[in-house]
Amino acid sequence: MEVTLKDLTKIFPGKGKHAADVVAVDHVDLQIPDGCLLGLLGPSGCGKSTVLNLLSGLLAPTEGKIFFGDQDVTDLPPEKRGVGLVFQSYALYPHLTVLQNILFPLQNLRGKDKLTKEEMLQKATEAAKLVQIDTLLDRKPSELSGGQQQRVAIARALVKMPKLLLLDEPLSNLDARLRLQTREELRRIQNETGITTIFVTHDQEEAMSISDLIVVMKDGKIHQIGKPQDIYDDPQDLFVAKFLGTPPIDLFDGYTKDGKLWIGEEAVMDVDGDYDGHLTVGIRPEGFVPSQTGAFTCGLQRLEVMGRDVSVVCQHPFFIGDTFRAIIDSDDIPKVTGSTIRFDLKPSKVYLFREDDEQRILFD
Amino acid sequence: MEKKSPKAWLYLLPAILFLGAFLVYPLIDVLIYSFEEGYNSASQTHFGIGSYNYSYVLRDPYFLQAVKNTFILVIITVPVSTLLALLISMALSSIRRLRELYQTIFFLPYVTNTLAVGLVFMIAFQPTAYTDGLVNGLLSVFGIAPIDFISGPYWAKMFVLCFYTVWVVLPFKILILTSALASVDQTYYNAAKVDGTPAWRIFTKITLPLISPTLFYLVITGFIGAFKAYSDAVALFGTDLNAAGMNTIVGYVYDMLYGTSGGYPSFASAAAIILFVIVLTITCINLLVSRKHVHYH
Amino acid sequence: MDKTKRILKKTALYLPLTLWALLVLFPFYWMILTSVKGYGAYNSESIPQLFTLSPTFANYQEVFTAVPLGRYLLNTVVFTLGTTALMLFVTVLAAFAFSRLRFRGKDLLFTAFLALMMIPSELVVITNFVTITELDLRNTFPGLILPSVASVFYIYLLKENFSQIPDELYYAAKVDGTSDLKYLFKVMLPICRPTLVTVTILKVIECWNSYVWPRLITDDPSYFLVSGGIQEIRENGLGRENIPAMMAAVVVISVPLIALFLIFRKKIMAGVSRGGVKG
Repeated sequence: MEVTLKDLTKIFPGKGKHAADVVAVDHVDLQIPDGCLLGLLGPSGCGKSTVLNLLSGLLAPTEGKIFFGDQDVTDLPPEKRGVGLVFQSYALYPHLTVLQNILFPLQNLRGKDKLTKEEMLQKATEAAKLVQIDTLLDRKPSELSGGQQQRVAIARALVKMPKLLLLDEPLSNLDARLRLQTREELRRIQNETGITTIFVTHDQEEAMSISDLIVVMKDGKIHQIGKPQDIYDDPQDLFVAKFLGTPPIDLFDGYTKDGKLWIGEEAVMDVDGDYDGHLTVGIRPEGFVPSQTGAFTCGLQRLEVMGRDVSVVCQHPFFIGDTFRAIIDSDDIPKVTGSTIRFDLKPSKVYLFREDDEQRILFD
Repeated sequence: MEKKSPKAWLYLLPAILFLGAFLVYPLIDVLIYSFEEGYNSASQTHFGIGSYNYSYVLRDPYFLQAVKNTFILVIITVPVSTLLALLISMALSSIRRLRELYQTIFFLPYVTNTLAVGLVFMIAFQPTAYTDGLVNGLLSVFGIAPIDFISGPYWAKMFVLCFYTVWVVLPFKILILTSALASVDQTYYNAAKVDGTPAWRIFTKITLPLISPTLFYLVITGFIGAFKAYSDAVALFGTDLNAAGMNTIVGYVYDMLYGTSGGYPSFASAAAIILFVIVLTITCINLLVSRKHVHYH
Repeated sequence: MDKTKRILKKTALYLPLTLWALLVLFPFYWMILTSVKGYGAYNSESIPQLFTLSPTFANYQEVFTAVPLGRYLLNTVVFTLGTTALMLFVTVLAAFAFSRLRFRGKDLLFTAFLALMMIPSELVVITNFVTITELDLRNTFPGLILPSVASVFYIYLLKENFSQIPDELYYAAKVDGTSDLKYLFKVMLPICRPTLVTVTILKVIECWNSYVWPRLITDDPSYFLVSGGIQEIRENGLGRENIPAMMAAVVVISVPLIALFLIFRKKIMAGVSRGGVKG
């Protein structure tokens, strides 16, 4: 099912007498294609969870509309929207067994949707099998590990075959190893069911690894929508560039003049464009190529060899911050003498941003 | 998540009805009663408004006797029961073997019918046809002359009343204090031990301050409860407490309302409000005192 | 030296505890003992006998035949069940509204409810007596039960417990299509069962022992509860001052609560200590 947000706005009234209202979601327009796994990415407080709650119907928007397919669901209460929601804390009913938890949404169906006991049991078992917890059906939530609880929560959300599945920080309560495993699992389940799925996360790696589409949000506004690799390769503004990528993008003060990009007193790269003046230069860590004749001279602090890659920790007077990292292939470890190292820059990994509005400046 | 639901009032309706009819309305009504002079319950009329009911009650020798009895009972039983409960729960907390058994036994009076078990106390203190009763039999072993505890001298009767009251209120206090003692973090004790703190100092500087909110709570509820003493006295001395000279303020209220001397809701109301004022005053004094001496986390 | 010190310490702990335990248990022993002594045997004792070799159960027979003790017990059971059930109904709904629903004036109303906790029952009993008399409900179960139902304290206790349930469970239930009432019964009540049990037990103890209100509102012995009944037995009951029979009655009315206590010992003690009230 295709989901459309039109001019969606949510304003929370300020608490206390003089507190200002909080605009959690600010005129958001978004179209989510059918069957898509969409990652809603942003720092905490960016409004991504609010969007999720607006979609589930737990919150009512201040302005704007939500469409499921062609149907306007803006005024529908949560129980009538037919969405599945997985909470960050899982919200499993502690007094019910795994099976009873999964059966719970089915038992609420009334009228023509009402199921017989056998049908319910069959659907619940199917959902349990899908998330591979069919051997734990008689346990209570407190007897399960975090990962297992997570699966139960997903099964409970899936069992009524929702048109839309919403997940709130689905992996944040799991340990690192389980997180990797579970996100593959999520991808698999979504592929198998084909249900349009939206998940909220503040972890860019998580979003990058499994999403079909990523929406980057900040301060209630959408900064960029796109496929993970596209967003990484082609960030539209400084925020998106900074938010995606580990280690993060390296930022320098620079300027363009006469078709050259200058950082400090070195012209590091040719740029074709009509912009002359000061700007912020973003270079992905993998955009540095060590070279004896490189145009960009940096102070070398140390090398950190991490198996496949080597991370070169450097200093530069025009770097915004303290030290920055360049990631290079371990085969290319340069012979360094002295305390400086020189790099050539890969043009595709260098991004220029305006200093005032932080928008990207394109160049060839 | 945010919708206001007028349905909430539907859920609250039963509670509001019950509380309104049997708690709020009576509270207002009792105030009115207490100022209506010469109220006649048969014709439901009264002569005027004034403080006559109060001055009548305050001059009534039965009321003054009841006030005296109640104050003596409060002044004796509250400190005695609190102290005893503290000692017993401290001892309970220091033993391991048989602890649950003792705890269970100590709690038994809580689940007994005050009236019924009061009778047992009465017969234990009362003479039988050919004996001076069980307690006197015991006392005679120590060479003490028999005392008529149930219908004899005032102090003997007061002793029985206080004794029974302590017996009845102790289980609750022991239970609450034992759980308060158990909730004191063991690391404080370990730290004190490492510092070589003597036992009495551990008690006065660690245990007592840490359980002082509980102790204080027990003192306040103890005062309130003791001021409302009634059924223990009835159990021991029968329903005609005025004749026995052992009436309490609450007993006076009920006697004024109903029974052989009853039919005076105005006097009953005035007495009840006087009681309420006394309890409120004592509680306020307690709260003021506690500010200085109770240690809150 | 060390050993004697330890023994001394143990004695100092166990001796007072045992003494008090005996003082607590003795009345129970004494009532059971007296209840199985014959009327003649008891009254002809020249020194109080601490045991008997010829127990008789005639006293038990007498209290069920000479006085309607069975009736008192039945009345008390009806009163206790009726009051407790109504109380649970009222309390659960109110606590749910306060903890889960949003409505105008909620905080104000809840504060007002809390303030009501300060009102002593002795103060309102007077008007209630008049109200019930005027409604012609004296010597009826509604007259006995209705004024005993509402308890602000239990509403408060349950509301606090309800409020501890994470909001997510409610939202999850909403998304799953659950109505408020269904959420209350299928999720909140099962989760808060310990508190419900506590409240129920406290109310049952309170009802079983209640004396003042039933005594005021009933003068027909066929509506007496056990407390009033025992007082009636004492004052005009058995035709003569038959103490062994009286003790038999005392045993009979004490047994149900003590049995209940011994079965649910842990729950009751935990409940009372959590509830912090004298029933």
